[in-house]
Amino acid sequence: MTITLRLFARASELVGQSELELELAVQSTVGNLRAQLGRQFPQLAPTLPHLLFAVDNDYVPDAFVLNDGASVVAFPPVSGG
Amino acid sequence: MTELTHNPIDYTALTEQVRSDQAGAVVLFLGTVRELTGDRQTIALDYDAYPEMAVAKLAELEAEAREQWPVTEIAISHRLGHLELGEVSVAVAVSAPHRGQAFEAGRFLIDELKVRVPIWKKENWADGTTEWVHPGIDAPAAGDST
Repeated sequence: MTITLRLFARASELVGQSELELELAVQSTVGNLRAQLGRQFPQLAPTLPHLLFAVDNDYVPDAFVLNDGASVVAFPPVSGG
Repeated sequence: MTELTHNPIDYTALTEQVRSDQAGAVVLFLGTVRELTGDRQTIALDYDAYPEMAVAKLAELEAEAREQWPVTEIAISHRLGHLELGEVSVAVAVSAPHRGQAFEAGRFLIDELKVRVPIWKKENWADGTTEWVHPGIDAPAAGDST
């Protein structure tokens, strides 16, 4: 299945793109997505354990199961204020 | 009222928005661009956001504050884009019948904003380098792959 992933801040800087499409196995979880990002983009390694994921404007845990066509957002810890 | 803006924050107008005959207390918090972080010197900050989610999370924070305290009005404005030293990056104004409620709700709002709302700042250091700020993650050292 295919998902779209938007990246922000240092995650986007390290990958060199702010949006990408990724192929994942059906029933993949956010944890699977995190692992795949680590394989595909080794430069993300130090950031990877800290990446936060969101779907439909809400944070989702690693156990969250993604649907085909899901729009997922990933970013390192926030620093507003 | 919560918003993101690319324009300078009119914190006087924001404070007036929350003033009310029902409120005996008004608290205003301003976050401003600071020059020194330890011994490193900041020239400017660039703020970026995931706007759809940031707006949703700000509204969620307002609702949570209203559940916990008898707040009269809340106004939050967060600036995005390029900010020079001393500029206001965020303003949180809260009114309530009594000062304890206003202070507590204001403290909750800014503290939670800083951990939950998807906004990021990038340091423009005096040595010419730039660096995203991500609490809990060390900045990658140039040329260091470890």
